[in-house]
Amino acid sequence: MTTTTTPTTVPVPAEQPAARPVTVRRKWTEHGLVFIAPFFLAYALFLLWPLVSGIGMSLRSDNITGEGGEFVGFDNYTEAFQDPGVWSSLWNTIWFTILSTVPLVVMGLVLALLSHHLRFVQWLWRLSWFAPFLLPSGVIGLLFLWVIFPSDFGFADQLLAWFGLHPGIGWLTDERYAMLSIVAATVWWTVGFNFLLYLAALQSIPQHLYEAAELDGAGAWQRLRHVTLPLLKRTTGVVLVLQILASLKIFDQVYIMTGGGPDDSTRPILQYVYQSGFTGYRIGYASAVSYLFFALIVIVSLVQLRLSRRSGESA
Amino acid sequence: MSASLSTDEGRKARWTPGRWVMLAAALLLTVVWVLPLAWALATSFKPEGEATKTPLRWLGSHVTFDAYRKVWEAGDIGRWMFNTAYISVMTTILTVLLCAMAAYGFSRTEFRGRKVLYAVVLAGIMVPPQVLMAPLFAEMVQLGLVDTYWGVILPQVAVPAMVFILVKFFDGVPRELEEAAFVDGAGRWRVFWTIVMPLSRPVLAAVGIFTFISTWNNFLWPFLVTTDPGGMTLPVGLVNVQTSYGLRYEQMMASVVIAGLPLLIVFALFQRQIVRGVAHTGLAGQ
Repeated sequence: MTTTTTPTTVPVPAEQPAARPVTVRRKWTEHGLVFIAPFFLAYALFLLWPLVSGIGMSLRSDNITGEGGEFVGFDNYTEAFQDPGVWSSLWNTIWFTILSTVPLVVMGLVLALLSHHLRFVQWLWRLSWFAPFLLPSGVIGLLFLWVIFPSDFGFADQLLAWFGLHPGIGWLTDERYAMLSIVAATVWWTVGFNFLLYLAALQSIPQHLYEAAELDGAGAWQRLRHVTLPLLKRTTGVVLVLQILASLKIFDQVYIMTGGGPDDSTRPILQYVYQSGFTGYRIGYASAVSYLFFALIVIVSLVQLRLSRRSGESA
Repeated sequence: MSASLSTDEGRKARWTPGRWVMLAAALLLTVVWVLPLAWALATSFKPEGEATKTPLRWLGSHVTFDAYRKVWEAGDIGRWMFNTAYISVMTTILTVLLCAMAAYGFSRTEFRGRKVLYAVVLAGIMVPPQVLMAPLFAEMVQLGLVDTYWGVILPQVAVPAMVFILVKFFDGVPRELEEAAFVDGAGRWRVFWTIVMPLSRPVLAAVGIFTFISTWNNFLWPFLVTTDPGGMTLPVGLVNVQTSYGLRYEQMMASVVIAGLPLLIVFALFQRQIVRGVAHTGLAGQ
């Protein structure tokens, strides 16, 4: 791709002048660690150290306070691999990711195209489509749990009733619908983020490309297919990866809306970690399970890194 | 930063049939997106017990603020709001400060091991904080930070993605201004505060806005590290007490509105900056 579609291009660093007064050169090399130290201290304490100590914990049978256990080697990992709870919650997580990613990316694009091409009352589209993203998961979860998804008197059922359909669906209590309901609520809640990313990308496409296409006799549909969509390829890649990573980390709204039920059919892996460690008090085992999950995240990130490097090379 | 999300493209578009169809679709989707929030609002104004009366009506027998009054009088919600605001503001200030300093250090100084250190920081972008919940909690127990503001704040302030964004930004800023200041005898620290920071206001705002929103909305970590109701953040508190209200749907929705409103008001006021901040930070994090 020769034209950049990402709106966040940063100018190339300016070349250093070859000859500089010695004092100035010394200034550049001075105090580097002083600037980095505060951040690095917090980083080491609250990211690096737990990352390392977690490995140690995953090899022990400690309880929640991190004490009172003994070294058990890879027992926790062996157990995790044979634990049906791990596999089912891992599958729920992946299933949710599959179900949610496609509508979230496609809807994000559709909303951005609508807003961009309508060219008026932009504030209204942004307010209505993006505003839910700003609400805490607690608010979203409670809203859907209490007044949207209950059977009979919930808003979702009532909506169906107004259209003459038969209500009484257990949106969150019926195994057939619970995951889909969570996906629907999540799409409603978070699509605004993808919408914004696409909108930013659309606005960075130079107008003259469209004008040129129009002169060549391309209609609106052809301009979309042959100008807009190809130029959005890179953005789509970014949005897709961000979305997959975000979806894999699902916890809040499921925990609040269904608590993982009915019958653990919506329980995500992070909730399983939480339950093992914080309600089951087996923090060593919980650590082992989270490292399995971490491995999955790293794999996705590495795949993304490779893809983005490849697309960078072909530029 | 060219992530401009302008509202006005200057070119007047004609009202073709296709554009009418798009308008209809956009309006329909807007209705779909507004309905759940409107319903929460409508429910919160109903008299007690009317939220579950079928067939449902948008309005109860009369409009009342009863639910709001009761929720507020029940106590904790004001406290939670203060906790959330305090935690979010402190986290944002610390994150912006620490990440900006570190980014400046990585972008502008040379010392042995700088590249290795930066690589270690970048690798952290891949680590989702959720993965660390068990060891981090054990660490908080040992440090005695459970049920304290700092226990919520500190683990959220070192964000490698923000350092990455700021390093990219600083790398793009020409060094002449700073060099001139050095020649005039200004020290490193002064250059950072009086030249670099003011120059970076837009990107710092973007990082700050993003941090503020994600801290305000964070659920899992404050949920794990606070057990005392008085120290909870708004979302955590609400989820925790939801059943102790009894099945009072109107009050539940009133508290949902109270919890959701602050950020919506902030958004209405700073729409442009927030949109730019989120889009910029979200994309550049890659």
